[in-house]
Amino acid sequence: MGIVSPGFFGRRRSDDPALPPGQYRTEDFPVLSAGPTPRISPDEWEFTITTETGQVHRWSWTEFLALKQDDVSTDIHCVTSWSKLGTSWRGVSLDTLFESVESECEFTMAHSYGGYTTNVPLDDLLGGKAWIAHQFDGETLEPAHGGPARLLVPHLYFWKSAKWVRGLELLRQDEPGFWESNGYHMYGDPWREERYW
Amino acid sequence: MTDSADLDYLDGNAAAGPLSEFFAVDVVSARGRCAHCGRTAALATARLYPSSHGLLLRCPGCTEILLRLVDSGDSVCLDLHGLSFVELHRDEGGSQPNPQPPA
Ligand SMILES: [Zn+2]
Repeated sequence: MGIVSPGFFGRRRSDDPALPPGQYRTEDFPVLSAGPTPRISPDEWEFTITTETGQVHRWSWTEFLALKQDDVSTDIHCVTSWSKLGTSWRGVSLDTLFESVESECEFTMAHSYGGYTTNVPLDDLLGGKAWIAHQFDGETLEPAHGGPARLLVPHLYFWKSAKWVRGLELLRQDEPGFWESNGYHMYGDPWREERYW
Repeated sequence: MTDSADLDYLDGNAAAGPLSEFFAVDVVSARGRCAHCGRTAALATARLYPSSHGLLLRCPGCTEILLRLVDSGDSVCLDLHGLSFVELHRDEGGSQPNPQPPA
């Protein structure tokens, strides 16, 4: 997806077509801490997809790593106005995880260790647009950045890419997650600047 | 987690400025009860997580959220559902008895 273009350093943001409106480019990876960082060991980690009928699809860490792995290069955009271009991730596509899941729902809620939630339409998780990522820049994903694994939905603002993700719940109707219930946009498209209600 | 170099929060006094837009008094000196564990203490003793998505005050007893504030520029949203009450002492004038029952 994103291509790192050298030579943009120092240019005004409006000159850089990779930057959505109101964003500036950073080389850092800022950590926004909304609470204590959960420390989840691989043996206690699991990922689940729960359908509207209550059926639970479950992967242990070992099962998760045995699935087809994708290497993803993409730009990420935080609602607090920083964008980081050409980031590298490794993880499992949601298309792979949803292969065995049957559901008529159009909406999902991502749930994280530590209690965080965020809502994402199912269409935005499928079609090669989203992953459960466990490596960043060739290294194991650090707890501060959401390790052991985080949701990666790079075409939406980064608060949708839930850190410490532990499962997806399929929903018949869209419901607000943690930030969406207190001022943040239900969808969060950075190209349309969908930051707040 | 207990290493002080690892602290990722501030104390609740740092919430006084942003909250002053809502409250006529210095609300961080008020006592609040955590709706989750019942711990009751001055909001200044809560933990403020400076996530730039919004201001979060968490209970130091159970780490659940007491209060959330999101400033979107055009509006400010305050979520207080983690506090089951807030008690403010009228301590101006020291020993004066409170003439009215709490509202
Ligand atoms: Zn508590």
